[in-house]
Amino acid sequence: MTNALTAGAVERHLRARRDTGRGLLMPYVTAGITPGWTDYLRAFAAAGADAIEVGLPFSDPTLDGVTIQQASQAALDRGASTRRILTDLSGLPDLGVPLVVSTYYNLVLHDGPRAFCEALGRAGVAGLIVPDLPVHEADELTDVAAEAGIEPALLASPSTPQERLAEIARHSRGFVYAVSVMGTTGERAALAASAAELTERIRRVTDLPVLLGFGISTPDQAREARRHADGVVVGAAVMRRVLDGAGPDELRSFLMTLRQALDQECDRPR
Amino acid sequence: MRNVLPWREPAPAAGTMGEPLTRGRFGAYGGRYAPESLVEACRQVDEAFREAWADPGFRGALARLLAVHAGRPTPLTPARRLSEALGVELYLKREDLTHTGSHKINNVLGQALLATRMGRRRLIAETGAGQHGVATATAAALLGLEATVFMGERDIERQALNVFRMRMLGAEVVPVTTGSRTLKDATSEAMRHWVGATGDSHYCIGSVVGPDPYPWLVREFQRVIGDEARAQCAAELPAGVPDHVVACVGGGSNAAGTFAGFADTPARLVGVEAEGGAGAARGRLGVLHGSRSLFLQDDDGQIVEAHSVAAGLDYPGVGPEHAHLRDLGRARYVTVTDDEAIAAAVRLARTEGILPALESAHALAWVIRAAGDGELAAGSTVLMTLSGRGDKDVSTLKELL
Repeated sequence: MTNALTAGAVERHLRARRDTGRGLLMPYVTAGITPGWTDYLRAFAAAGADAIEVGLPFSDPTLDGVTIQQASQAALDRGASTRRILTDLSGLPDLGVPLVVSTYYNLVLHDGPRAFCEALGRAGVAGLIVPDLPVHEADELTDVAAEAGIEPALLASPSTPQERLAEIARHSRGFVYAVSVMGTTGERAALAASAAELTERIRRVTDLPVLLGFGISTPDQAREARRHADGVVVGAAVMRRVLDGAGPDELRSFLMTLRQALDQECDRPR
Repeated sequence: MRNVLPWREPAPAAGTMGEPLTRGRFGAYGGRYAPESLVEACRQVDEAFREAWADPGFRGALARLLAVHAGRPTPLTPARRLSEALGVELYLKREDLTHTGSHKINNVLGQALLATRMGRRRLIAETGAGQHGVATATAAALLGLEATVFMGERDIERQALNVFRMRMLGAEVVPVTTGSRTLKDATSEAMRHWVGATGDSHYCIGSVVGPDPYPWLVREFQRVIGDEARAQCAAELPAGVPDHVVACVGGGSNAAGTFAGFADTPARLVGVEAEGGAGAARGRLGVLHGSRSLFLQDDDGQIVEAHSVAAGLDYPGVGPEHAHLRDLGRARYVTVTDDEAIAAAVRLARTEGILPALESAHALAWVIRAAGDGELAAGSTVLMTLSGRGDKDVSTLKELL
């Protein structure tokens, strides 16, 4: 288990914010979706994001629902690539919140995990999520990521047995990404019942921040998620708005409603 | 347990078509690169398959289904007139004569029986040309299971007859409208669907691809091709073993099943890919659909679409064991063009009275080319797996010829 001495920037940042009683908010954007896509990052930071997930689009996003599939395709059609996206990120001023890249393992392997992590580091990225790299295959990445100063956060699922959850928690850096539901990414009408049970099981094995994702799209769902987890990841709800043409200002307003919901929830006794 | 015959050489070393190494590896390839939500389901399939494969009761039940329902064993047919013209001894392993018309039924009956044993009520499958979908729908009907088949919209247009067959058999066919709308996207969609259905559904993957244990499991269910062919060669060929063993490779299931019967012999193994879908011959290391293997990619690491007149070879990757056999030099992977495959199909029809599937015609096209340029020495013996019949391709051929 990591402690304050070995924790990386993502973990330190999220722990510090959590320790003030704040519910954590990590919005997602598909990188390269519009010419000025990095403006979304500024808007997210201004709306009170505690970390920002930057998706590198992949041709075959097997764990994503239709919204993020469409966003990925749209970004690729615009000519988005790892190289261009990291160049865009390099030119950004410090947003004050850690950037966490998410992508599929094929793109990590393309130049090799070491070169990939070093490139992320140079672009100012601190964390990494690879949904098709489960803990038993992750060694190849986690070792070199640590050297490059990148924190790979692992996913935990409602179907993960308890023993394996402990292993995931041991190897995860930054936070643990709790997948709320047995399904793909995408908006849902209600937070799955499996979310509460999973976060409770993760808490038994680690005190790393736990962020709940998949299907969290409304202030009510964020509030409910906050009762169980340290915070939420909001992806499809953001990208549906972006695909519908919403600009950075509209996204900032939307995320502020989630921010407020999380802040209200944290005023209650937990 | 393998079917040990008296003349059998010692079992091949681990990694050369034995059980995969730790963590589902075939050398540097394979593995279980599945989303966390599917890892437990893969583990359950692995555990169930290991138990079943060691259980003579399961083996017996499968052998009986293969015999009474699928029509096994399939014959080994000497291609007399074509052999004479080519100057080689060509033998065809006739998977086209199985029920539903292709080798896909071997794997599907095995997996459907496994699903039943695991208490699953429904099969999920992806399909390209529709052969695996039809086989899955058939096995589901036979064993009283439901079937949901994912198929790219473009393939649905190209293979309307197979779509109708699947629906006749009671399967639900779900059109996939994303990406290239072909096999690659159907596979992605089937995996997405499985994430939400692991409790009651078995993912019946159609080739030697996917997360561990699928590449191994599908090869074992297909090795009946190679085991039968080996015994038939032992009985019919003066040397007992052919000089060359040839099969077409999309994902590579009929080739894997065929090669498995000959991996421990001196026979040269040749996998024939489509020019526009040559994962083994021209792919680079990657991870897609759950395993580490060779995939066609662009300079940015995006998977590129395959293109072949044979929908079953329209896949941008290859099973991990083929990637390993290539690295070992145990098998060679070559490519032929659409035109060569079409010409080979016509030639087989006119010399032997057999209309092969366009996939299988690729394997034959290489034999014809290699016999012509001396790569196949005069008089050498060649076993070629004729993986399926060409009825499904008649409308395609009608347009092209």
